[in-house]
Amino acid sequence: MINHWVKIEKDKVVVDGKQIEIELSESESLLNTIYKNKIGDYPKFYKMDPLCKLGFVASELLLDAEGRREEEWGEKRGVVLFNASSSLADDRNYQKTIEGDDVFPSPSLFVYTLPNVVTGEICIRNHYYGESNFMVLRGLDVEKMSQILNATFADTCTESLVTGWVDCQSEKEYSALMFIVERGSFDEAELSKL
Amino acid sequence: MVVKISDNILSPLGSTTADNYLAVKSGRSALMLHESDNPAVAPYYASLVPEDMLTVEGDYSKFERMCIQSIEAALQQSTIDIASPRVLFIVSTTKGNVHLLAKGAGEGRILLGETAKAIATHFGNEVEPVVVSNACISGLCAQIEAMRLIECGQYDNVVVVGADVQSPFIISGFQSLKALSDGACRPFDAERRGLNLGEAAATIIYGRKEKAEVGEWVIRSGAVRNDANHISGPSRTGEGSYLALRKVLEDVDVNDIAFVNAHGTATLYNDEMESIAIERAGLVDVPVGSLKGYYGHTMGAAGILETLISMRAVEDRTVLGTRGFNTLGVSHPIRVQKENGITDKSTFIKLISGFGGCNAAAAFNYVN
Repeated sequence: MINHWVKIEKDKVVVDGKQIEIELSESESLLNTIYKNKIGDYPKFYKMDPLCKLGFVASELLLDAEGRREEEWGEKRGVVLFNASSSLADDRNYQKTIEGDDVFPSPSLFVYTLPNVVTGEICIRNHYYGESNFMVLRGLDVEKMSQILNATFADTCTESLVTGWVDCQSEKEYSALMFIVERGSFDEAELSKL
Repeated sequence: MVVKISDNILSPLGSTTADNYLAVKSGRSALMLHESDNPAVAPYYASLVPEDMLTVEGDYSKFERMCIQSIEAALQQSTIDIASPRVLFIVSTTKGNVHLLAKGAGEGRILLGETAKAIATHFGNEVEPVVVSNACISGLCAQIEAMRLIECGQYDNVVVVGADVQSPFIISGFQSLKALSDGACRPFDAERRGLNLGEAAATIIYGRKEKAEVGEWVIRSGAVRNDANHISGPSRTGEGSYLALRKVLEDVDVNDIAFVNAHGTATLYNDEMESIAIERAGLVDVPVGSLKGYYGHTMGAAGILETLISMRAVEDRTVLGTRGFNTLGVSHPIRVQKENGITDKSTFIKLISGFGGCNAAAAFNYVN
């Protein structure tokens, strides 16, 4: 059973099937607005690259919906995410710092040029010591993701996964479909319907 | 159980696993000083694959040619039907064709899924490939993924290939982090001053067997854990590496372990962290080694290449020396192997860690 899931698209946020009202302004991005209105207590958010911001916001909404944030998760929960664009949005930003006349490679941008950093951000925020992994596919491939998620439970410590699709091509082009899977209850057909 | 069917390493030290092993055993390294005409890149020590080693032709990048050549060599030693829908390709890489960004690319093979598809298609395989891009631990994660997918019956064979190609993007980034050594790296040594980057492609093909036969390698168990501590710095308690080791050791008798092949990048923090994790896991009496002094850090290839060299070492009853190591420079009393030694044990542990706080360990067993 997928009890909790979050979908974020250009200007739309849906949690467990219900669209969330977000007042959009011209000066602030959707992700920053959600952060301010719904999260607000994690200033490290502002240092994150676009992919991490997307994954972080989606995971926060998801875990609030789940309502089990106080539990000691330890190794029991893993974070396994997928996308098609890897860390392309931040890669482009870093590339700009090594091109042109004014070359100044930025370490703070470089550290985000790996897609799995978003899994690390979610683990840090929630004290998850379980499996963290990031895989790239050509598209949101429900069959392949389901095969991998089912296989991930081969690790007997893993009881649940924060997982899904977190794709960010640029600050303005992104989509996320994040959900929680419990051991023994995952159904590919259910994922196809989200 | 899941066994190794065949393998290959393509690196500056050779284009077969056997040649690579012999080069390492005799102490050779391809680390040397390189200069770049890119203003963002200062001179750097690295181990790079020369163009004249590459034999694959066609419209492929260096990254793709290295992967294809390595897979071809591995396939030559096996009889699997590579085009079968029961065969999956898993590509392990951190940055793939990132050099294309300098040319303004935003689609096509700058995307890791597209480059993986091109590689699988080269071999006539139509199964949608998977790219594991889990920082420096990708190569070991990809093997663990392969083991699980074969064990649960999804595929009969998985071709795991790992590679990365160095480019101004990667080199300038590591230089900006001040993570590179100005000479050949010195894993676990008191004088270590950072890592070296390296290029390689490595392939391992896995399959299922009811019972492993004498002379075969079994991937026994693997675990991936997060430090939940910092995105670019290792945990001060070695948390993720310790937890991954602890999980893997549930299935392994410590007395059977020939050695731990560590990540051993030769950065101050990584090697110190590993010493903590290895001690916490109760492995202070087991020899520990690093292959970074021979190859540098080959990123997406590292977890596969270092597994394969370790397998050859066990077959050869050898504990390889750690090139660049002289005096222990980590605070926990681990047994770093300095010169080549001998062993009669048939299991080894591969340990690896990376940005994003990720860590992985796996146990491999030689049937003899």
